[in-house]
Amino acid sequence: MIGGLFIYNHKGEVLISRVYRDDIGRNAVDAFRVNVIHARQQVRSPVTNIARTSFFHVKRSNIWLAAVTKQNVNAAMVFEFLYKMCDVMTAYFGKISEENIKNNFVLIYELLDEILDFGYPQNSETGALKTFITQQGIKSQHHTKEEQSQITSQVTGQIGWRREGIKYRRNELFLDVLESVNLLMSPQGQVLSAHVSGRVVMKSYLSGMPECKFGMNDKIVIDKQGKGGTTDDSGKSELGGSGKQSIAIDDCTFHQCVRLSKFDSERSISFIPPDGEYELMRYRTTKDIILPFRVIPLVREVGRTKLEVKVVIKSNFKPSLLAQKIEVRIPTPLNTSGVQVICMKGKAKYKASENAIVWKIKRMAGMKESQISAEIELLPTNDKKKWARPPISMNFEVPFAPSGLKVRYLKVFEPKLNYSDHDVIKWVRYIGRSGIYETRC
Amino acid sequence: MPAVSKGDGMRGLAVFISDIRNCKSKEAEIKRINKELANIRSKFKGDKALDGYSKKKYVCKLLFIFLLGHDIDFGHMEAVNLLSSNKYTEKQIGYLFISVLVNSNSELIRLINNAIKNDLSSRNPTFMCLALHCIANVGSREMAEAFAGEIPRILVAGDTMDSVKQSAALCLLRLYKTSPDLVLMGEWTSRVVHLLNDQHMGVVTAAISLITCLSQKNPDEFKTCVSLAVSRLSRIVSSASTDLQDYTYYFVPAPWLSCKLLRLLQCYPPPEDGAVKGRLVECLETILNKAQEPPKSKKVQHSNAKNAILFEAISLIIHYDSEPNLLVRACNQLGQFLQHRETNLRYLALESMCTLASSEFSHEAVKTHIETVINALKTERDVSVRQRAADLLYAMCDRSNAKQIVAEMLSYLETADYSIREEMVLKVAILAEKYAVDYSWYVDTILNLIRIAGDYVSEEVWYRVIQIVINRDDVQGYAAKTVFEALQAPACHENMVKVGGYILGEFGNLIAGDPRSSPLVQFNLLHSKFHLCSVPTRALLLSAYIKFINLFPETKSTIQEVLRSDSQIRNSDVELQQRAVEYLKLSSIASTDVLATVLEEMPPFPERESSILAKLKKKKGPGAVSNHLLKTRKACLTDIKGISTPSPSADLLGLRAGPPVTAAAPSAGSLLVDVFSEAGVNDDGFLRFVCKNNGVLFENQLLQIGIKSEYRQNLGRMYLFYGNKTSVQFVTFTTTLNVQAKPVEPLIEGGAQVQQVINIECLTDFSDAPLLNIKFRYGGALQNLTLKLPVTINKFFQPTEMASHDFFQRWKQLSLPQQEAQKIFKANHAMDTEVLKAKLLGLGMALLENVDPNPENFVCAGVIQTKAQQVGSLLRLEPNAQAQMYRLTVRSSKDTVSKRLCELLAEQF
Repeated sequence: MIGGLFIYNHKGEVLISRVYRDDIGRNAVDAFRVNVIHARQQVRSPVTNIARTSFFHVKRSNIWLAAVTKQNVNAAMVFEFLYKMCDVMTAYFGKISEENIKNNFVLIYELLDEILDFGYPQNSETGALKTFITQQGIKSQHHTKEEQSQITSQVTGQIGWRREGIKYRRNELFLDVLESVNLLMSPQGQVLSAHVSGRVVMKSYLSGMPECKFGMNDKIVIDKQGKGGTTDDSGKSELGGSGKQSIAIDDCTFHQCVRLSKFDSERSISFIPPDGEYELMRYRTTKDIILPFRVIPLVREVGRTKLEVKVVIKSNFKPSLLAQKIEVRIPTPLNTSGVQVICMKGKAKYKASENAIVWKIKRMAGMKESQISAEIELLPTNDKKKWARPPISMNFEVPFAPSGLKVRYLKVFEPKLNYSDHDVIKWVRYIGRSGIYETRC
Repeated sequence: MPAVSKGDGMRGLAVFISDIRNCKSKEAEIKRINKELANIRSKFKGDKALDGYSKKKYVCKLLFIFLLGHDIDFGHMEAVNLLSSNKYTEKQIGYLFISVLVNSNSELIRLINNAIKNDLSSRNPTFMCLALHCIANVGSREMAEAFAGEIPRILVAGDTMDSVKQSAALCLLRLYKTSPDLVLMGEWTSRVVHLLNDQHMGVVTAAISLITCLSQKNPDEFKTCVSLAVSRLSRIVSSASTDLQDYTYYFVPAPWLSCKLLRLLQCYPPPEDGAVKGRLVECLETILNKAQEPPKSKKVQHSNAKNAILFEAISLIIHYDSEPNLLVRACNQLGQFLQHRETNLRYLALESMCTLASSEFSHEAVKTHIETVINALKTERDVSVRQRAADLLYAMCDRSNAKQIVAEMLSYLETADYSIREEMVLKVAILAEKYAVDYSWYVDTILNLIRIAGDYVSEEVWYRVIQIVINRDDVQGYAAKTVFEALQAPACHENMVKVGGYILGEFGNLIAGDPRSSPLVQFNLLHSKFHLCSVPTRALLLSAYIKFINLFPETKSTIQEVLRSDSQIRNSDVELQQRAVEYLKLSSIASTDVLATVLEEMPPFPERESSILAKLKKKKGPGAVSNHLLKTRKACLTDIKGISTPSPSADLLGLRAGPPVTAAAPSAGSLLVDVFSEAGVNDDGFLRFVCKNNGVLFENQLLQIGIKSEYRQNLGRMYLFYGNKTSVQFVTFTTTLNVQAKPVEPLIEGGAQVQQVINIECLTDFSDAPLLNIKFRYGGALQNLTLKLPVTINKFFQPTEMASHDFFQRWKQLSLPQQEAQKIFKANHAMDTEVLKAKLLGLGMALLENVDPNPENFVCAGVIQTKAQQVGSLLRLEPNAQAQMYRLTVRSSKDTVSKRLCELLAEQF
């Protein structure tokens, strides 16, 4: 189990130090700083063993979070906890930065006391935590005795993530499908590897204890229904133009509120949602990915001192949709002495400090193409080493799910209160972002 | 190099450096550098030519980036361009870049070499210096190839500036060190030597470094420098401190030059020319005198400079080793430094004295400082100084003060620093051995050594003590007693156990008489350490145990039990297991007779050089040990393992050889060498056969006669083996016996052996042995030999077992005075129960246990079988350990037999 938890700034100064077990001494703090933060060579492994003590760390911008233990713990559990910790902190005070941490000193210790007990992770559900750990300080004392006992029963009860008696005038529900698409493509346009990792994030403002059911175009479910003969036409019509009926999900994980037994038996996702924002599920797909952009590079070496680069990008989605925040990064050789760029659309610039040409386009509709050409002058060097030609990478944001995932329905039942599924206002949004989206040249 | 002058500072460079320094993170630094590199690349690529200033600035930036640890793969061309600039600062930066980032690109090298050549041939001294510095800094083989011919010319040219000459000399030295084959002095030699006469002291100083290096390689060519150096030295030494102006350092005239001159002189033997020598001696005397003068300044630099010259002068005096006067003076002056409060001076004084101690002239003078040195060893805070003090003690040790020095070193050893302990131990061991007057002192010292610093006592040290104990009869008893006592300490070092095991195994009998160290006590003591020891030591202890069985039969059952225990006989270590099994078998199967031969005492080791010394030499490297030791002991440097291969028995303790080999006597020839007497003396040889049947009867340079015999009742058969030890054949070889014998082959080929069988029947009792006469021709000369055949009455004994009361009954029956023969005699050999038993058994009678009320005494019974009659005999042997006397009583039914037996036996114990 976790023996202690430390938070450092980028200089290696300790901001937060909480020790849960006696086998972790104060010198562990220094050991991590000396051996990881200030290490001569960058430490790439997230797990470091120093003198029979294991350090698990994650880095958020300039902040290091390190969990320490002397026991043989489940590393995945520790990392899950650290990520949860980050989420909780973000939910409380926004961005994790040195200043924010310093300002919320007491709060963080309070949180740490709550979500870790003698090194064992406890309830780390933000919604539940917010009911009894608040930032308002004295104001929060207004809780009546009843409320306090309610909190206790809720936190320790079966549905620890939702308290009873929530009331909204407008029952509203937001559903975001967030995906990041990763790609490695050969210069000839052959896909070497591609996968999408997605998340379904939900924001629910629902009264009472509603029972929800979430449906998507999961291949297994669709196939089963097809066999059963009960066709769900409404679902099919919703799918629209992409022509793809269902997707194969490689693996997925759910929020703790989802009833896993039901998912296992019927493959249906039913749950009582927490109040506010949370991540309902995560998934990964590797088949039939819609690649929003195609990068076609053309690199020609003219003698030893010149390089001609031409890059064409093609958008590959419905013309009605608009991609945003497009950025293409074309690496340049290390002996570049000058660059001339011509591009039809957007802005392109040679960034010497990053050894790359960065081409930015604000917006681009589907089924279009754009082109950049650059002349790179090279300085002859004594080195016979050939340029390694790193891949061209790309960033973008598109308003659809590259995996092809569609939300078929999200039904809400609340038997006790009198509102039906139709009274709930539901919003669905798809955002596809680039992960590591690279094309070799 | 002159600093970059003001107004010529490069602002861009300063800004860049401060940017880098202000970077918050490594990433930021890398970004900044990438940006700068791109900027420089674009500038270098740019069409318009850069002016010298910007080129210099960018090259500087590149240099800085390189020094930050980034690879630089361009800019060399620009740097080479800078070389051809006429501005000093630009040229300087160009050279700096080239010497730091030299590139083996052949085209560039050509350009660089060209630029350097131009500078060398320019008349501008600063440019020439820059070029020379660059050559020296790069110092590569290519550089040497290109310029090795040029530089000597510059060095000796008449019109070269002094500063250039200095640089040229040092540059040449550097090239000579990297590639001596390319720097050929030849015709320049004499002119280079004459640089010693140069007006400019700087040039002389630089040149002398070069000359010293060159003359070390080929002293003969540079022989002429000696007289020049002496005259130069005398000029400096005799000059007043103001004469040399710039080259006077804190009132000392040209200290560096003086030191270098003195060092150069150390490359050569004392000058033969009387005048030169006289002048040199005068110089040295002046230096010694000057050192005695009161200091002209309190500054530390003044005394440093003065002392530097003094120590160098002393080194020279020691090197010459021919001026007793100077040597003694040097010694006295060093003596003053021994108590100086400067640690460095004390160190240097001790170091120099070490070398002085080895000179015959000053050895006595050094010895007077013994108290101070011992004090230094005890009180000095710095371990390196203590080490030097220990070295010096070692060097000044001789017979007169050995005891004191060894005692001091031993007592110091207890507190000595760990880093010097091993060396100290070796030194103590060597001194103890070398100057040992009585060997008990030696044994004491070494055992003490093991006790105090067991961890640091190397194998060689304890091998050596065993060698010495084995070779010296007089210390064996003492050694056994001492190790026995040492082993009684609750915690004793493994090396002590090894020595103890070996010595008790060999000589435990010598102290067995004392009830406090009775065999069982000895065994238990050794065995109590057994489990704490490493495998090799255990193996050694097992060998010691089997020797115990031989020495003390009463321990046999205990030891067998130990051997039989699972931890031995099933030990996971093969060596231990094998030993346990073989020793167990050996002890249970072999008769006492065989056991006694197999486990005989180790023969003396051949005298040879102490291997400890070799080890010390190896440790310190030759030359570190004082010279006279090297001289006297050079012969023995041969093998370092020395002691581990001392005799044909492979290694001293047989740790590596199989167990039976360990126990066996050293060589096949002497496999059955006697237990009793020293050498096979002609007709006394037969006395050895009273108690045994097999062995070598006679041996000289030509012939060896071995005997194998067996007896049964009144019959016997004897095989005689005549071995030809030479490579020539023996002709007409005949033997005649006063008894009948089968004829023997008349010819014995060189190296061959012939056998002769003799059958013997005992008709009646006898007292004279048959005579064997051997005649043969060896190389024409007739050899005649008469030997007593070892056939004695006791050979026909039939052992008779009987109980106590039977024995006494018979004893009383044979009470007639003529039936008894008694003799009281002094012990010829050690009174070892085991050996006695073995001998008595060899006699052929039955050794009766538990018969005599006194366990020390031995009683035997047997019947002599002759054709005529049987003669019953009883024997009683009473040893008296205190007086080293025996009383032997023999009673038999026939008076002649009693007498004869008594005579025979009396000479055996």
